[in-house]
Amino acid sequence: MFDVRPVDTDYVRHRAAQFRAQVERRLDGSLTEDEFRPLRLMNGVYLQLHAYMLRIAIPYGTISPDQMRMLAHLAETYDKGYGHWTTRQNIQFNWPKLVDIPDMLDKLASVGMHAIQTSGNTIRNVTTDAFAGAAADEWMDPRPYAELLRSWSTDHAEFQFLPRKFKIAITGAARDRALVAAHDIGLRLIQRDGQTGFEVWVGGGLGRTPMLGKVIRDFLPEGDLLAYIEAIISTYNLSGRRDNKYKARIKITVHERGLDVFKAEVEEEFQNRRRDFHGADREALAIFRDRFAAPAFRNGPTDGYEAERAKNGAFRSWTDTNLHAHKVDGYASVIVTFKTHGETPGDASAEQMRLLAELAEQYGHADLRISHDQNVVLPHVHKSDLPAVYAALQKAGLATANAGLTSDIIACPGMDYCTLATARSIPIAQEIATHFKDAGLEDEIGKLNIRISGCINACGHHHLGHIGILGLDRAGVENYQITLGGDGYDIPAIGERAGAGFPYDQVVPAIDRLLRAYLEVRQDASERFIDAYRRLGPAPFKAALYPEPADA
Amino acid sequence: MSKAFVPTAAKPGVITANDLREGHNVWMCEDGWTADPAQAILFEDEAIADLALLKAVGQSNIVVGPYLVEARRGPNGPEPTHFREAFRQRGPSNYFHGIQTLKQAKQSEASNV
Repeated sequence: MFDVRPVDTDYVRHRAAQFRAQVERRLDGSLTEDEFRPLRLMNGVYLQLHAYMLRIAIPYGTISPDQMRMLAHLAETYDKGYGHWTTRQNIQFNWPKLVDIPDMLDKLASVGMHAIQTSGNTIRNVTTDAFAGAAADEWMDPRPYAELLRSWSTDHAEFQFLPRKFKIAITGAARDRALVAAHDIGLRLIQRDGQTGFEVWVGGGLGRTPMLGKVIRDFLPEGDLLAYIEAIISTYNLSGRRDNKYKARIKITVHERGLDVFKAEVEEEFQNRRRDFHGADREALAIFRDRFAAPAFRNGPTDGYEAERAKNGAFRSWTDTNLHAHKVDGYASVIVTFKTHGETPGDASAEQMRLLAELAEQYGHADLRISHDQNVVLPHVHKSDLPAVYAALQKAGLATANAGLTSDIIACPGMDYCTLATARSIPIAQEIATHFKDAGLEDEIGKLNIRISGCINACGHHHLGHIGILGLDRAGVENYQITLGGDGYDIPAIGERAGAGFPYDQVVPAIDRLLRAYLEVRQDASERFIDAYRRLGPAPFKAALYPEPADA
Repeated sequence: MSKAFVPTAAKPGVITANDLREGHNVWMCEDGWTADPAQAILFEDEAIADLALLKAVGQSNIVVGPYLVEARRGPNGPEPTHFREAFRQRGPSNYFHGIQTLKQAKQSEASNV
């Protein structure tokens, strides 16, 4: 279980106190907004469309029940009773007042949380598989390495003013649920000749220039992790473009300079950097390994679980969709979707947060994860406890059996909150979810990944959706482009634009035509939308999106 | 929505910003700043608007990020011409939060009189 060391707590308290003084100086006029803006951004404070927004780090999505209760307290005391899970495993509060944020940061510091490096051109929250340490297909828990990267990158003096923001993802499972290929640096834990190491990817990213990363090192011994990552980022820090914000990410550096040139520079720098590592990282890693030791799993019968499945159809459907295979017999990981039909994807009320904290303590070895698809995971639940967990979730409106289905939509806040957005995302997600539920098609459609972004910056990861939706401003009117064939998991792929965009009120009808066409052409119910798309190509799907006029 | 918007009699504009301390949207009105966009001053003259914007920039201890944006004359005051400004004047579409709650409070106050 993640526990925060005292040194960290001291540091975050210190930073909170610094920010309090900065806010005071802004309010009394000693700091201009131009001077204050970078300071507030370094503490996760944005100014959005209607209000300030505070983005709080949840390192690699791992959060303790006490920390979750603190988020609930902040939601009630300083916000409007809810928070929003982000696509980078963090949480955002949409309505804090600037004058309250120093108090919020103090309270967060009391449970070892903060908002440091949740904005700015720094190394952001390191993300990983929400099932880390639990998944049946995982051979090594990546979290000790994620924590090593987090503690190393926090306040790393050399990397506070990178050309642009920098995102690292890491996985230790066979199936990549961390989107390694879509990050500035992606790390896959692998084994070669009995030695543990990483396959290192570089230069992936979405945004206005979506690119999948490239493998820069097919095997990096794990002991060299920090030296090598430092070599990559310092090379980028010097050669990344600072003349054009839109060409400043490492993906452009690698693309423009070529992987071979970039790699040669990194390898040379790696040899230099390596000499500076004298084992402190190894000692830290050993401590982190202990902190992330597996909980004391119990070995008990699961008869009650099977009996409940047999007699309760709703419970059975929920266990069919919302469980993930666990590495320990008798256990499962529970996916609590924050995608109830018609609700805002990823919004959690204070009461729901408290319930999750309670369930984690009572049934889940006190462990909680925020997943990048804006859900919450109880990674370790014994199957005999699932009926009780389900009943409690159901009471709180959190037992929707839709993980991985049509309504499990990833959506950025869009123009309902975000000042960068060019169109709304949330109501599109709400309407799609409700439409297919009302049409009774969700179960028939089966596994489907829809992702919506309200602007080209792609926080909703629309390029990686089987169906991606991108909201734009076309001559003062909301307009939505549809991309098809993206995949963030099995075979990473950037979706391709299907054709002309649709006005707001034509998006749901277009997705309806698309999915009805899929149901017509699929071989059988086991062939997912993405599989049918790969087998048939875009033609039948484009034809459904853009039907010929009947009288043409 | 451009900050370089130039108001004219045919295409007037308002000055809007965010409240520094609390963050909510505000509009420049006759006696300062208001959270009610209907009370906003409608600028039809470039020189007068520029001067007002300079004044707004000088009030950085009250507001953040002031800018001029197109608006049209409506029966109850200035109205937005672009959907982004319409959302700023209303609030998010998924919850009854933001400026729309202030409008409702004002209406119920008026109906109680």
